[in-house]
Amino acid sequence: MSRIAQRFAELKAANRTAFMPFITAGDPNAETTCALLAKLPAAGADVIELGVPFSDPMADGPAIQASSLRALDAGMTLQKVLDVVRRFRKIDQTTPLVLMGYYNPIHAYGTARFAKDAAEAGVDGLITVDLPPEEDEVLRLPATAQGLDIVRLATPTTDDVRLEAVLDGAGGFLYYVSIAGITGTKSFAESDVRGAVARLKAASGLPCVVGFGMRTPEQAAGVAAFADGAVVGSAIVERMAAAGDKNERIRDALEFCASLAQSVHSARGVLE
Amino acid sequence: MNQFPPNSFRTGPDISGHFGAYGGRFVAETLMPLVLELERAYEAAKRDPSFHAELDGLLKHYVGRESPLYFAERLTEKLGGAKIYLKREDLNHTGAHKINNCLGQILLARRMGKTRIIAETGAGMHGVAAATVAARFGLPCVVYMGEVDTERQRPNVFRMRLLGAEVRTVTSGSRTLKDAMNEALRDWVANVHDTFYIIGSAAGPHPYPAMVRDFQTVIGSETRAQMLEREGRLPDLIAACVGGGSNAIGMFHPFLDDPEVEIHGVEAAGEGADTKHHAATLSKGTPGVLHGARSYLLQNRDGQIQEAHSISAGLDYPGVGPEHSWLKDQGRVTYFSVTDKDALDAFVALSKLEGIIPALESAHAVAHVMQVAPRMAKDKLIAICLSGRGDKDAMTVAAALGETT
Repeated sequence: MSRIAQRFAELKAANRTAFMPFITAGDPNAETTCALLAKLPAAGADVIELGVPFSDPMADGPAIQASSLRALDAGMTLQKVLDVVRRFRKIDQTTPLVLMGYYNPIHAYGTARFAKDAAEAGVDGLITVDLPPEEDEVLRLPATAQGLDIVRLATPTTDDVRLEAVLDGAGGFLYYVSIAGITGTKSFAESDVRGAVARLKAASGLPCVVGFGMRTPEQAAGVAAFADGAVVGSAIVERMAAAGDKNERIRDALEFCASLAQSVHSARGVLE
Repeated sequence: MNQFPPNSFRTGPDISGHFGAYGGRFVAETLMPLVLELERAYEAAKRDPSFHAELDGLLKHYVGRESPLYFAERLTEKLGGAKIYLKREDLNHTGAHKINNCLGQILLARRMGKTRIIAETGAGMHGVAAATVAARFGLPCVVYMGEVDTERQRPNVFRMRLLGAEVRTVTSGSRTLKDAMNEALRDWVANVHDTFYIIGSAAGPHPYPAMVRDFQTVIGSETRAQMLEREGRLPDLIAACVGGGSNAIGMFHPFLDDPEVEIHGVEAAGEGADTKHHAATLSKGTPGVLHGARSYLLQNRDGQIQEAHSISAGLDYPGVGPEHSWLKDQGRVTYFSVTDKDALDAFVALSKLEGIIPALESAHAVAHVMQVAPRMAKDKLIAICLSGRGDKDAMTVAAALGETT
């Protein structure tokens, strides 16, 4: 069983929702990312989303755009992101880690070589924002051959017809983008998201996690009551950007993640 | 000729929006249902005679088509070689070829019931054209424009505002056309229910490259008929500037299956194609994925997009339309590049010799022809797509020539 399947099975048995923090790899440098990753599981992260920086992140709002540029300015590359993952796997063999980013860096790396190197480094899944089902075979085939899950996105614009295409080839979990919009910019109506998640879970049989637009422990708790996972990204990245130095950056991120995790984990009425 | 070409160069894209290995639909899932809906709506419009009738009427009475094919007599004399004709897209309403495409797209937007228009712009000519058609049809319009470009194309910023559009200055990235397109895509994702994105170049996700091309082929179709009428035969060479490549693909497409017509696309070499400061995507780039399509890109080894450079804001783009990428690989079109300096010289030459001030973008095509025409016999024929007029560039050129304004 893959690390992702294993983790969601454990959470289901415990009637708990996954807390899934997103951070940008290399923001503001690889050392900070490595130090933070090492401590995220203890702060309550059940699945980690690691952003691969790209120069032109079309689906991201200002916070993650800025984090990507900081990472690129510090020399982050896809190769170095895999190095960060390797270091994480030396100390943690159970927490699933999913890379989230855009296709062009993978295209430049070479899809087959990337799938092999990513699997060897200890990556569990790939979310490639601008690679819809119609175009993703070039990555999906080598990735799944290496045991990597291709995580698909569903959105408020995904109707039932479209959902079939989204689910065909989907692996790991389904990622519901709670808003029609870019990351970290606007908030969703909880009732809309609840209905959408119910529909997706019924159609897919995969765990369904929710992301985009979640900024507070309260919002995360609201979603965690019915979703299988809650992703928070921009709000963590913003806190890190506002911190004074490396230690403060890591401390602030961990404190915030711990409060988010607490809210998510207690949302179904089961205390830790 | 006793040998037929192996196939037609005019049948692309395939059903999934690919020109060979290029094109496609590389967009976020939120946008997928929209680009699929757009494709269906465009296919239906293409088959609807009333759509074409309305578009043709507007092109005639609002844009002023057909545009002249003008024999540049003094330029021809000065160069001493082939006869040079200019396809005068600069004489269109709004001063460039961009209006051809904007009218087609806004008619489509109206058919689809969309009530808000967004656009990206580099030089501002597409922004002006989008703002113009939005005004004509009474729809609100937001134009994204990089900060660098709002500075160097200030007259167009004012024109757009006068037309009632909101110009949003983009301060991310290189603050040019690429970043304006990122911001427009972000706006579209956030406003999917009511917004129609009028892309100005033959780029972006399918169906945009094919659709923009179709709306621009009026340039090449007219040129073909006009040249047959004037000279009794097709031109030996046609040339157009290539940024994203909409005027070029519109000029080229009707000639692709005429093997006797040589076709040259002209990119911006900036400070030199062998320096770091250029926009010669097809000449110097490598295939990758940006803004919804696979095409040649200026990128580093790690797949990060590099900043382009050109004195001309409309060519200052690190990507290019997917069909051009395919035509390059097929060898049907040859792509060259021209430096800022040579484009400036051509800008001045055409102004002084013909009384025509070309857009800096179009001046790249003129500069290339100034290099090749003297080597061609006097009975050869060249047609250049003069895609736009240069009023907007007066300040930039004055500064580059060291004149005070």
